[in-house]
Amino acid sequence: MNQVQNLTKGFIKENPVFVLLLGMCPTLGTTTSALNGLGMGLATAFVLVGSNVVVSMVKNLIPDKVRIPSFIVIIASFVTIVELVMQAYVPALYAQLGLFIPLIVVNCIVLGRAEAFASKNTVWSSAIDGLGMGLGFAFALTVLGAVRELLGSGALFGIHFIKGDGMLAFILAPGAFIALGYIIAVINRLNKKTA
Amino acid sequence: MASKKESNFVNMVLALVMVSVVAALALGSVYMLTKKPIALAQKRKQEAAIKAVLPAFDHVKAVKVPDADGNDSLLFNVATKDGKLVGIAVNTYTDKGFGGKIKAMIGFLPNGTIYNTSILELKETPGLGTKLQKSKSDFPNQFKGKNPKTFQLKVTKDGGDVDAITAATISSRAFCDAVQRAYDTFEKEKNHIN
Repeated sequence: MNQVQNLTKGFIKENPVFVLLLGMCPTLGTTTSALNGLGMGLATAFVLVGSNVVVSMVKNLIPDKVRIPSFIVIIASFVTIVELVMQAYVPALYAQLGLFIPLIVVNCIVLGRAEAFASKNTVWSSAIDGLGMGLGFAFALTVLGAVRELLGSGALFGIHFIKGDGMLAFILAPGAFIALGYIIAVINRLNKKTA
Repeated sequence: MASKKESNFVNMVLALVMVSVVAALALGSVYMLTKKPIALAQKRKQEAAIKAVLPAFDHVKAVKVPDADGNDSLLFNVATKDGKLVGIAVNTYTDKGFGGKIKAMIGFLPNGTIYNTSILELKETPGLGTKLQKSKSDFPNQFKGKNPKTFQLKVTKDGGDVDAITAATISSRAFCDAVQRAYDTFEKEKNHIN
């Protein structure tokens, strides 16, 4: 596939959250608001691009039997870098996302793309793949976060439309599952029409 | 394109060592670069929290003080203006929250009256325990200007003067526990500070 397709496949056709159903834990846990979802998505995108590029660069130097530990160390290093930078420059967002930032290390999408794509393709292709998947992930989290924030707090990106609380179930776990389910249904419908 | 490296012992050890060394170097440098900004961000957060619970001041000194039950220590932020004591902002906590530990900042005037309070960290239920925060309800306002000497820091259900949040009695009780801890330690140590 050409690079444009490589980049855009992560948004709708092969969206890691809505189609591949990967990375569900941070998806459900950090999308209590649109801004939290966006922040988490962008942090993961950075890790995806970085780890894909590095894994692609060293793919011929790492023996097959130790590739998983090596990939994990590479991914974990990028996550720690993201964590330190967030703690220094966006402390409020860092406090909101809390434990989920270090959990990016075990996000299936990151190791999945490293194993399935970066270890078998060129550096440039891997970078584009990481960027596409990362932005698709950020897009998914922002959409889900926006829906949950609108229904659960009557706000969007912090701007309140109603006084008091909305349907609080959407800020809690059950609402997350319900909202995600409906969005997946919509995406499936869209994909069916264009397939 | 070179073929993949063979998975013999030497190659595996070499690969793992190299990956670890490079990772350690990268992380070490980023840590050094971000050390200062992180410390600065934390200092700013603490200063903003103190400003929110005390009247105007121009100097703050942080003093660690053993708390009244002897379990842990609380941080006393002694604020002065032109050398005179304005008040003490106490970093207090409680483990009795519905969702776990709640951290709060209580601002006491020199005579023990509460000037204002602020929630620093909480994991309470959204819509219920989260009402402990000023942005969500009027609950914290009832502590302003009250002196725990005469204002009983217990919910009315337990015979005190505090109006609990409806359906969030446990969170309300926990907050009272945090304020009580701050006040007891304040009374015990206020003569040693200055």
